[in-house]
Amino acid sequence: MTGVIGARGPTATLNQSAAIVEIRNLNYAVNGRPIFAGLDMDIPRGRVTAVMGPSGTGKTTLLRLITGQVAADAGSIMVAGQDMRAVRRADLYVLRRRMGMLFQNGALLTDLSVFENVAFPLREHTDLPERLVRQLVLTKLQAVGLRGAAELMPGELSGGMSRRVALARAIVMDPELLIYDEPFVGLDPISLGVILRLIRRLNDALGITSIVVSHDVHQISTVADVVFLLSGGTVVAKGTPPQLQSYPSEIVRQFMGGLADGPVPFHYPAPDYFGELLGRGERP
Amino acid sequence: MKLIRELWTSLIESLVGLGSVVRFLLRLLTESPRALLRFDLIAQQIFNSGALSLVIIMLSGLFVGMVLGLQGFQLLQRFGSEEALGTAAAIGLVKELGPVVTALLFAGRAGTALASELGLMRATDQLSAMEMMAVDPIRRVVVPRFLGGVIAMPLLAAIFSLIGLFGAQLVGVQIMGVDSGSFWSQMRSSVSLSDVNEGIVKSCIFGIMCSLIAVYEGYYATPTAEGVGRATTRTVVTLFFDYLITAAFL
Ligand SMILES: Nc1ncnc2c1ncn2[C@@H]1O[C@H](COP(=O)(O)OP(=O)(O)OP(=O)(O)O)[C@@H](O)[C@H]1O
Ligand SMILES: [Mg+2]
Repeated sequence: MTGVIGARGPTATLNQSAAIVEIRNLNYAVNGRPIFAGLDMDIPRGRVTAVMGPSGTGKTTLLRLITGQVAADAGSIMVAGQDMRAVRRADLYVLRRRMGMLFQNGALLTDLSVFENVAFPLREHTDLPERLVRQLVLTKLQAVGLRGAAELMPGELSGGMSRRVALARAIVMDPELLIYDEPFVGLDPISLGVILRLIRRLNDALGITSIVVSHDVHQISTVADVVFLLSGGTVVAKGTPPQLQSYPSEIVRQFMGGLADGPVPFHYPAPDYFGELLGRGERP
Repeated sequence: MKLIRELWTSLIESLVGLGSVVRFLLRLLTESPRALLRFDLIAQQIFNSGALSLVIIMLSGLFVGMVLGLQGFQLLQRFGSEEALGTAAAIGLVKELGPVVTALLFAGRAGTALASELGLMRATDQLSAMEMMAVDPIRRVVVPRFLGGVIAMPLLAAIFSLIGLFGAQLVGVQIMGVDSGSFWSQMRSSVSLSDVNEGIVKSCIFGIMCSLIAVYEGYYATPTAEGVGRATTRTVVTLFFDYLITAAFL
């Protein structure tokens, strides 16, 4: 098992030309509250890159920025040589055909069966004969262990199953860039192992670049080549998982070790606790 | 002074709202020709919203027709012209009651279903997922639903009028004893094509309004359970209000 999961390509080199996603000085605010302030990030081509960080730091938001679902306030995001701030809608759609994205909650189309959900991108973008569509869909469903569930409706699936179907759908077009938002949440240990191996195999065998968002320190260590740790709107640490384990920084140690006390505030910004309990201190 | 200022802001707000609805309509219309090429998707939606409202529309058609038959008979009897019942019922149904009542029922049944379906798709990231698969949700999801509703409305209004006529006939001819021959022949000679056309135009306008408001509210719903609920309610309220205004003008 470690043979598959642990197999890493040649040592990760973070040079410019190898980056499929280049983020420079990204600034982004929601309702006046800054989520990112001066974020820089290079995501190397053909590797598994993990993005970690406390809940609410903006990991999902970062993925939405990278995929052009929302526009940055300032700074540049280059994806496969395209500037996401200046990209035309048609070009964006061409670019997205080369991407697959796994949403945090699966986001399956509720009026289509599992089979049709996975077949959806094929039907929309290709004119493949039905026999071939069937073959492709069943192969991908087999890979996530849900070929038997092909005729179920999304409402009949559990959360973990939905996520696996969504993964099958994300890879059915053979994308170059695969983006996973929290793929490990709600999976049992067996499916977890399967998904971890699948992420690794897609990456090693097909050369797919993967971006995995997760806060699961342990799972990420087994699958990622490069880890970015986000906090407070910037990258606070980057490196291979072993490098991060022994990173000389309070923040990183707190996060990797799962400690409540440290430089990363566990609480969402709030007025003084006791003051508020006692009825003093106005809410902003 | 304060009142004027408030009225002014609410006027501006509703104008802005109207503007974005109109812009949305233009977007739907530009996508429509291409969506028509995939008629299976539209047919599915006609079936969905049509089938959803069919039973309730048939039932109300029957009862409205029967009431119309009874009231019309009693009224016309005073002037000794019961034979005109067919004409009266037909004109009332085809020109007014058919389009308006169908539109109200359609808004309550299919319109709310449409708004909540789209709102839910927004709330569960289905629309974003489609965009990520390089599929334009407006073209793939919204336009077929819009066109489906636009096509279904006149069909449902026609069914309503037909059944209503049957109901009027049931009461007038079968129960009250109006002569069946004169009921139908008077109707055929005095209801003109322009009356029917007027009804069709009306129900087409209502169909566009209803489908537009429903998909607009659903598509731009706040992506939460509460937002979806609000979108549904707003659809009905906006539509009833708009119908009243439109019906008054037409
Ligand atoms: N639509 C929105 N409106 C207002 N604030 C938002 C919105 N979306 C996100 N935010 C804010 O942006 C911040 C980042 O959200 P995001 O979903 O990216 O976090 P995350 O890192 O993915 O968290 P998690 O690990 O829990 O999924 C949050 O603090 C949230 O309050
Ligand atoms: Mg998230």
